Amino acid sequence: MIEQRLDAESVKKELIAKYPDKVGKKRGNQMQVNHVAEDGTVPMVLANSRTTPGIITQRGCTYAGCKGVVLGPTRDIVNITHGPIGCGFYSWLTRRNMTDAGEDGENYMMYSFSTDLKEENIVFGGEKKLEAAIQEAYDLFHPKAISIFSTCPVGLIGDDVHAVARRMKEKLGINVFGFSCEGYKGVSQSAGHHIANNQLFKHIVGLDDEVRGQKKFRVNLLGEYNIGGDAWVIEDLLKRCGFELVATFSGNSTYGQFANSQTADLNMVMCHRSINYVAEMMEKKYGIPWIKVNFVGAGATAKSLRKMAAYFEDAELVARTEQVIAEEMVKVEAARERHSARCKGKTAMLFVGGSRAHHYQELFTELGMKVLAAGYEFAHRDDYEGRRVLPTIKIDADSRNIEEIHVEKDVEKYREHLAARKAELEAKGYTFSDYEGMMPEMDQDSLVIDDISSYETEKIIEIWKPDVFCAGVKEKYVIQKMGVACKQLHNYDAGGPYNGFSGAINFYKDIDMRVNSPVWHLVKAPWSAVETTEPALA
Amino acid sequence: MTLLRHTPKGEVQPREALVVNPAKTCQPIGAMYAALGIHGCLPHSHGSQGCCSYHRSTLTRHYKDPVMASTSSFTEGSAVFGGQANLLASLQTIFSVYDPKIVAIHTTCLSETIGDDVPQITKKAIDEGKVPEGKIVFHANTPSYTGTHVTGYANMVEGIVKYLVKKTGETTEKAVVIPGWVEPSDMREIKRLVSAMGIDYVMFPDTDGVFDAPMTGKHVFYPKGGAKVEDIATAGDAKVSFALGAVATKLASETLASKHGVQGQLLDLPIGLAATDRFVDAMRTAYGASVPESLEDERGKLVDMITDMEQYLWGKKVAIFGDPDQLIALTEFLQTLGMQVRHVVTGTEGNYIQQRLSEINPDANVKVGGDMFLLHQWMKNEPVDLLIGNTYGKYMARDEDVPFLRFGFPILDRQGHQHFPTVGYTGGIYLLEKILGLLMDRIDRDVEEKRMELQM
Repeated sequence: MIEQRLDAESVKKELIAKYPDKVGKKRGNQMQVNHVAEDGTVPMVLANSRTTPGIITQRGCTYAGCKGVVLGPTRDIVNITHGPIGCGFYSWLTRRNMTDAGEDGENYMMYSFSTDLKEENIVFGGEKKLEAAIQEAYDLFHPKAISIFSTCPVGLIGDDVHAVARRMKEKLGINVFGFSCEGYKGVSQSAGHHIANNQLFKHIVGLDDEVRGQKKFRVNLLGEYNIGGDAWVIEDLLKRCGFELVATFSGNSTYGQFANSQTADLNMVMCHRSINYVAEMMEKKYGIPWIKVNFVGAGATAKSLRKMAAYFEDAELVARTEQVIAEEMVKVEAARERHSARCKGKTAMLFVGGSRAHHYQELFTELGMKVLAAGYEFAHRDDYEGRRVLPTIKIDADSRNIEEIHVEKDVEKYREHLAARKAELEAKGYTFSDYEGMMPEMDQDSLVIDDISSYETEKIIEIWKPDVFCAGVKEKYVIQKMGVACKQLHNYDAGGPYNGFSGAINFYKDIDMRVNSPVWHLVKAPWSAVETTEPALA
Repeated sequence: MTLLRHTPKGEVQPREALVVNPAKTCQPIGAMYAALGIHGCLPHSHGSQGCCSYHRSTLTRHYKDPVMASTSSFTEGSAVFGGQANLLASLQTIFSVYDPKIVAIHTTCLSETIGDDVPQITKKAIDEGKVPEGKIVFHANTPSYTGTHVTGYANMVEGIVKYLVKKTGETTEKAVVIPGWVEPSDMREIKRLVSAMGIDYVMFPDTDGVFDAPMTGKHVFYPKGGAKVEDIATAGDAKVSFALGAVATKLASETLASKHGVQGQLLDLPIGLAATDRFVDAMRTAYGASVPESLEDERGKLVDMITDMEQYLWGKKVAIFGDPDQLIALTEFLQTLGMQVRHVVTGTEGNYIQQRLSEINPDANVKVGGDMFLLHQWMKNEPVDLLIGNTYGKYMARDEDVPFLRFGFPILDRQGHQHFPTVGYTGGIYLLEKILGLLMDRIDRDVEEKRMELQM
């Protein structure tokens, strides 16, 4: 049975009809029917703007973006949450970023550290307690670095975590630094990413200039958090192709990698939203160019590897990369054929993150599925419309308060030859510092919704009945209660890795399971459509 | 390869400022859980949106079921100028879009630090027509920097009494049952016990049918479970209240007594034989009722199982962490089983807790206001045969190669707690079966081949 789908413009009207006028107007600006013009431009989506109070949002806070997302996967820094106990508790092991510290390497990821602020600290200040906590952490663990994450009340009571960090750094002789990532800052996790980027750059990047390992083809991977082992897949691929991975920000990372990351020749940005700031700052200070890559989807992985190899203009590297791609694609093709036969023509929606809603569309396309609607939880306009709109993004009251650090060229460490290579390659049509955004790659007349609400989630499922809806844990069971499969794209429902070629195969398999599981046909009891009145056995 | 590889054995260095691996979380999540035990209620978190997101995520992971709640989504501006505008806007949006019967607002460390006056803002919302006729908005103060998640539960339950309970003056034979923070399955079992005693009752909060909703192809935004507002209102005319678990319910029980004159009986959570006996006996005495044969049978079955299996339990050492009401009742049960409770840690502080836990476990290491790092150090210094606690315990259990019973909140990696109760005699049988399974699986795993036994 083929039902005529309601058009996107009418769906949009339905989604906002119930809202109070002001809310409806704003939500209307945060939703657009996609239209890609011939020059590649797309409609403007209101993004990175305040959440409507009471609307039931997917979003979290700045602390979550800083401590949870960017610094969460760091295993050898003692990350202390400065605040009441909750924030440290909820961000304890709740993202699936895995790490491999080996048999006896430093690994604090299974620990939660907090200053556990009490009422008297709120009244009289918490700096003394913070200082004591850092001392106790040092005495117990002797780590190479300790960091401090500010929660909401810290900013209000005026604790100067940076001054405490400076004092303790001097006293202990290890690196101690703080993040002013109070939850109320910004409008979502996004502000926390920015704050995390700034401090990583200020306090760690550049501390160690020794070039270790392979001298050529040195790269950093930015914005990959090793959920379900994703980073390990890429580490393996890069090694086989012949690249030297200096640092990953921050999946399966170490403090030492960050400190040494300026020795790389190229930065690859995976999650544009959460990490582009570090890429930009490293280019300004050290001359390292950056390119956007995507390792979600077999096609996207091949494309990204080729682009990396092309940057170094080395015949052997290119040949090895092609060989790896060819070997992997044989396996991918077999799996793709098997699963796409069962998934083809089915429909999906993706509402998640600041990159994933874009990246994962690749995999659905490879399965022959159609993406009806998508949107991000905490992205900015450039993640929707591409970096071309950056100059037109207005700075508002919420983003103005997030520090933009001023970075200058480091005369000693700036690598002129990398800048020269960039210029040369650009002349040949190679693109740097470029992200096209999600919308240019989406179908005409698909619906793009920023910061989708719980109400809109239910409504759009009701109207368009997708076969699978990708979201996070808070949405998961609402969607499934509606009889629709939900694939979590934050924690992968315990699945993954989904990166690279082997990851693509994992994803095909998992989506096949989601959309073809017999259980969806068992939601209604066999007798639900039958009206029995007479007992069969009299 | 050890997981918690930086936890040292040997002398325990005292800590005064740093909490490592907390055995507690903050107030608002308890308030959210309690509020969801009211039918048709939308909990609202007045603070930054991250709080609401964290609480919903944690409860969702614990139950694998929808957890609906809204937030005031504070910005830096609200943190400076107050959250009134955000709360007013929230209420307007909530009632136009989600149409709850009742909204339960709880505060956060942010709104408490800036001193937002929630009742005043609510009044303003009502005056401005942002709360439709017949709808209820009430609140509880739950500053995250005092107490723990259990305190938040206690404060919200007290809020229910303050705002929703009415008195007509005509006393009824009804009992009020105020359960501590237990699972939906436990709430269901408690109701069954009271019914079995032939007592008419009103129970709140009641999360039975809220976090264990069936799959029907439709998301029922306000699930069919939950205490109904009109039923809660009748509690002021009740004859007696049974508050189960003093830390979580004492406030509500006392407020019900002082405000409406309902005589309160403060009991332990009915976990294990003796605590369930005390609950049943309290009901029997208050109502002059006789204990039905069905309950006597259930009790007998629990005692029977203990006597049948005591050789596997006697003298076994246990370490346990979690919430105080649970620890008080459960450690008593473990003593009943002949087990030795060696280490007890709760993150929730209080003299009452210290006193009860030390009384029940006189020879054990007891830390009230402690953390799991300390517990782990104790376990390294004096190993145990069984660890009991929430999911975070699994890292210690694996490192120390100790059988691990998941019990308490949160359980993020197993199912069953929403369906199978641990309160009452039947719950005791279930708990005992779980403990025996763990200990006996361990014997089957570790025993020398020549000593392998078929029957146990």
